[in-house]
Amino acid sequence: MDGFLSSPVGVLAITIAQTLALLVPVLIAVAYLTLAERKVLAAMQLRRGPNVVGPFGLLQPFADALKMLMKETIVPSGASRFLFIMAPMLTFVLAMLAWAVIPVNEGWAIADINVGILYLFAISSLGVYGVIIAGWASNSKYAFLGALRSAAQMVSYEVSMGFVIVTVLMCVGSLNLTEIVLAQQNVWFFIPLFPMFIIFFISTLAETNRAPFDLPEGESELVAGFFVEYSSMSFALFFLGEYANMILMSALTTILFLGGWLPPIQMEPFTWIPGPIWFALKICLCLFTFIWVRATFPRYRYDQLMRLGWKVFLPFSLLWLVLTAAVLKLTGWLPA
Amino acid sequence: MIAALAFYLFAAVLIASAVMVVTARNPVHSVLFLILAFFNAAALFLIAGAEFLAMILVIVYVGAVAVLFLFVVMMLDIDFARLREGFQRYAPIGAVVGGILFLELLLVLGSWTFADQSEDLRLSPNPGASVTNAEAIGRILYTDYVYLFQISGLILLVAMIGAIVLTLRERVGTRRQNIEAQVARSGSISLEQVPTGAGIRALGIRRPPEPEAEPPAVTHDAHHGGHH
Repeated sequence: MDGFLSSPVGVLAITIAQTLALLVPVLIAVAYLTLAERKVLAAMQLRRGPNVVGPFGLLQPFADALKMLMKETIVPSGASRFLFIMAPMLTFVLAMLAWAVIPVNEGWAIADINVGILYLFAISSLGVYGVIIAGWASNSKYAFLGALRSAAQMVSYEVSMGFVIVTVLMCVGSLNLTEIVLAQQNVWFFIPLFPMFIIFFISTLAETNRAPFDLPEGESELVAGFFVEYSSMSFALFFLGEYANMILMSALTTILFLGGWLPPIQMEPFTWIPGPIWFALKICLCLFTFIWVRATFPRYRYDQLMRLGWKVFLPFSLLWLVLTAAVLKLTGWLPA
Repeated sequence: MIAALAFYLFAAVLIASAVMVVTARNPVHSVLFLILAFFNAAALFLIAGAEFLAMILVIVYVGAVAVLFLFVVMMLDIDFARLREGFQRYAPIGAVVGGILFLELLLVLGSWTFADQSEDLRLSPNPGASVTNAEAIGRILYTDYVYLFQISGLILLVAMIGAIVLTLRERVGTRRQNIEAQVARSGSISLEQVPTGAGIRALGIRRPPEPEAEPPAVTHDAHHGGHH
């Protein structure tokens, strides 16, 4: 058995099993996130939300999926066919790809690579391609406008996100995600780096095109933005990709600021609960805040969005980066 | 064995997509092939053990530079038939320029000598097993080459300022939002706690408002301009 497991075929089989063990829960979580969003929004607006399909509407996501599958895929005339079909796949694949490096417990990552955080940042910065290719390939004005907005928005907020990540990395001294979590054993980073935590959270809202930064969709002005021409399963892939990205960004926030799988206090009753449960609970907290924000704030205007990204977040995160570096250097807390 | 196969695969796709960048008829397809070329280059870095460079290549070139390329190229309004006319007239001149550049390259490469241990260094960019290659780059970049590093930063800054100076123009008559003034304003907006389910009627607000007894006299004095 040992011989088989260390042979190339065995390694491949283990990797596939690990991937399934991670991706199947993620996909189920995505399905139930759509239900949770509708339920939470309904509760905040004094409605009931979906409650017909199954007990408490629990089978609603599957009913929606079936409905999507049964519909016809329409490719508009004049669309760039290959790119039109490829764009939603790209969005979905990228949202799944990033999970390869996420550690859900100590040593529980499919690939525990040295530059994990850079890998995540690279994958999340590629997300814009799904949107921009979809907008261009649809051969539609509304889709194109949505794609252009999205490109500008994602590039703008990535800059301040990068600075926030660099600040955390300075406190850790490693690019490895596991070590980032282990460095928070004494104090989670959201306490000493609280302003950066807020900036990072708002930037993730902009990065995932969620309200109040959902200008690429902007249904009141652009119909539905970049995916206005999509129907059926190709639309569903965009939809799933967006929600998978939300979960991914919540996982990233958890790893960088909320101590990953670590319990709040390293004491008896808290340490009984296994790490992955803590990790999932923290992700749920972030996701709830995503939905809460959507129920609370009106959509930003485009110039306000750009102002916030370039004139507020960028200078502030740069300043805080320098400040953190100075404090770490002067107090001698700089990790070796 | 697998590494060698992967190398030839990525190298072949890299060269093929680089050729497609030049020959593709649609400029958007050209940029997409360029992105494919970047990805394959990143994969080659990975095979060589330089994972930090591979990730930076993807983040900077694919995640930012190519997005802006695509952004600009998509908005180009070009008549491709006009762009291609006169191809035969210009082809000899292009060939001569290309030939001269090729000869110059040959001259430079002819006098190139490799360092003694470059063959050993080629596939092992790490100085040792204990140092990750992000650290290895940092040690060289911020010590031996710190002045060059600073100068390259300054050059980029100058380019950025130049781009802003060239494109910034003040338009007359634009209206701007003064966010500080809006945030500092007080008194006109207040939050009220109302019993759940009672609605704004509990506050004495009627929607639609009840008709006023007498419409206020319309004055035009305060309204010079402002109508569009």
